[in-house]
Amino acid sequence: MSTPLAKTLRGGEPFIWLTGGALAISLLLVAGLIGLIVVNGLGFFWPKDVVRLTLADGRVLAGQVVDREPVPGAAGQHRIKVKVANRDLYGADFQWVDEGEIVRREYPPDIAVIERTEWGLLIGMLRELRQGDAVVARGADATRDELRRRLPEAAALRRQIRDIERRDIGAINHAQERLRLRLRGLERRGITSGPEVEQIGKEVAELQAQYQAQAARLTALRAGQVGSVVVTSAGDKEKVLPLAQVIDVYFPNAMSGGAKVWHYLTRVWEFVSAEPRESNTEGGVFPAIFGTVMMVVIMSILVTPLGVLAAFYLREYAKQGPFVSAVRIAVNNLAGVPSIVFGVFGVGFFIYFLGGSIDRLFYADALPTPTYGTGGILWASLTLALLTVPVVIVATEEGLAAIPRGMREASLALSATKLETMARVVLPAVMPSVLTGLILAMARAAGEVAPLMITGVVKLAPSLPIDGFWPFVHLDRKFMHLGFHIYDVGFQSPNVDAARPMVFATTLLLLTIVVLLNLFAISLRNRLRRRYAMSAV
Amino acid sequence: MSSTVGITATLNPRAETATVMEPSMVEIDRLSLYYGDKRALKDVSMSIPKHRITAYIGPSGCGKSTLLRCINRMNDLVDGVRIEGTVRIGGSDIYERSVDVTELRKRVGMVFQKSNPFPKTVFENVAYGPRILGVKNRSDLEGIVERSLRGAALWDEVNDRLHESALGLSGGQQQRLCIARAIAVEPDVLLMDEPCSALDPIATARIEELMLELKNSYTIVIVTHNMQQAGRVSDYTGFMLLGELVEYGVTRELFTNPKDSRTEDYITGRFG
Repeated sequence: MSTPLAKTLRGGEPFIWLTGGALAISLLLVAGLIGLIVVNGLGFFWPKDVVRLTLADGRVLAGQVVDREPVPGAAGQHRIKVKVANRDLYGADFQWVDEGEIVRREYPPDIAVIERTEWGLLIGMLRELRQGDAVVARGADATRDELRRRLPEAAALRRQIRDIERRDIGAINHAQERLRLRLRGLERRGITSGPEVEQIGKEVAELQAQYQAQAARLTALRAGQVGSVVVTSAGDKEKVLPLAQVIDVYFPNAMSGGAKVWHYLTRVWEFVSAEPRESNTEGGVFPAIFGTVMMVVIMSILVTPLGVLAAFYLREYAKQGPFVSAVRIAVNNLAGVPSIVFGVFGVGFFIYFLGGSIDRLFYADALPTPTYGTGGILWASLTLALLTVPVVIVATEEGLAAIPRGMREASLALSATKLETMARVVLPAVMPSVLTGLILAMARAAGEVAPLMITGVVKLAPSLPIDGFWPFVHLDRKFMHLGFHIYDVGFQSPNVDAARPMVFATTLLLLTIVVLLNLFAISLRNRLRRRYAMSAV
Repeated sequence: MSSTVGITATLNPRAETATVMEPSMVEIDRLSLYYGDKRALKDVSMSIPKHRITAYIGPSGCGKSTLLRCINRMNDLVDGVRIEGTVRIGGSDIYERSVDVTELRKRVGMVFQKSNPFPKTVFENVAYGPRILGVKNRSDLEGIVERSLRGAALWDEVNDRLHESALGLSGGQQQRLCIARAIAVEPDVLLMDEPCSALDPIATARIEELMLELKNSYTIVIVTHNMQQAGRVSDYTGFMLLGELVEYGVTRELFTNPKDSRTEDYITGRFG
């Protein structure tokens, strides 16, 4: 056998190509996926030019071109997808236009894109600005200037209203709820009258009065918002938009490059710092970021000691034998159980059993409204901790196995007990491995959605799990999560097409957060490694 | 412990008893050790004199390391080990039920074949034992560390990098660090399990020199593969074969005039 083929095979050259090729394909797939997400996610915030199209049949459209594809069945012809927005006027955000039908394309500099609190974007020409019924400004330029002058005021008013609703009325609600529970508690003990009940009644009445005052303030504030802007959209439809609903107005066609970049950056900032609007399809995702990070942190706090202790027992204390081997295999395989199964377990054990018991013992006054007996960030984190504990156990065990026996013996020979040896020598030396496990666990947990959907994640959480009301950290609260947000916006929202860029942006953000969490853990691990560097021998 | 005893060399009837009148530190009496069913030590009896260097030589697997590790009960860590007979240190049996192993190991330090410094700083390595024993005061620790490092002839080389990782030291330095770490708790006996087997000749020479200095303060028991080393440093040598202590006596005599033919075969290089 000395044919050239046999020789080549023996040389191993084809094998190198085979392995290299496999790696290249994997890298290509990953790079393609990340590239798709990055391009789509980052493009979402760019203020695209608005084109005005005049069609052969006389129709006029104005919007942003978002897609272009060949017309099926007609060779050489293309059609474009235009985001015309104005959902309230046209009924749909997007329209397909055959390029063959377009008679004229224009980019008028005075066409405005308005972000508002309802119905998505509004694209059209500014016509006039009214105060009540009186016209304050007429014509595109005058209206624009007046609108820009009034926008900060409108924003301040919106903030004020939100503050009253959230903070002031929120505090009243909170106090009322506490009083209600106290009353219920008294009732359960058979006290339905007496000084205590009267006292509570008085306090309730006081709160009610406070609430009325705040409600009156709100009404007054809302009544003061009588400004509105009149916009003519392409197709000569007119929209009277209350100023209170206007968030931002810009003129993409007239914007310079610098202005576009600035606008882009402010949109990105809004995305990561603001709350969602319009059933999550607009606005920011801050609550979801917060929920995701907090959940991962709680999970890490829970999973690390659990996994490390379990690994220590398995490797350092348990008598090695078939039983321990079986346990080890079982733990490894636990990582392969579908995550939804963990979710179901979380619901059954954590929520119904543990949470239900906690409610009966400590929150009986609130029943039948569950406190811990329903999904919440604690249960979701615990479920994920359970899901990821095998990863931590395996990584820690491998780390323990790599610590030379001599190091343990040296410690024992210096009259240290086994416990002292574990705590002073073995644990510090195994920390880098623990962190490796934790990194893998965090990456897995941050991306997990299925078990969360049934253990505490919601589409829209009214408040964050951390706020200004005692006890400040509310582990019983439901929370928002970026992974679920992606699912919700991408597949459950009423306007999937319009929300799609949001899906990419959120995905990109989730990836970024996972990468950041990992980088943090990796830098921590490297620092530990330097400190407890293993002997090279 | 200061009772003067004659050293009974072996149980081998053919070997004559080498009697050297020296105060003994460790007395091993009819010690047998089993790994499960396998008998690794067979009725070993010997007396290790105080402030002398005693070497165990013998081919691989003859049980010399096992015997050494009986003296600080390191064999306890191995599953399925059973021990018969007694080991007395200072007159009391260390295998008695009431003995606290950590107390024992305070008195019997050990240096291993492969240098095994902790992945900590030089200072923390030496301070490890004293810290375990409850020394907390920083200046006390500093004193102990300096004294131990000087004792291990390492101070001049490392005093400017006490707070750097011990793993940055050379192999010979690491081994001397391990010796410093062992003597930091001031044991009575220092066990050395082939301490130079991983070192080059120069580092080996330094360690041997160090051992000769240390024997003024410590009773040293060393396991070595290297017969020249046993000849150079030890006062007494025991030759082991297949778990048996074949011959035990003054080093010079054992090497020049072995009583047992097996010893002679081994030291003349006919096997092993």
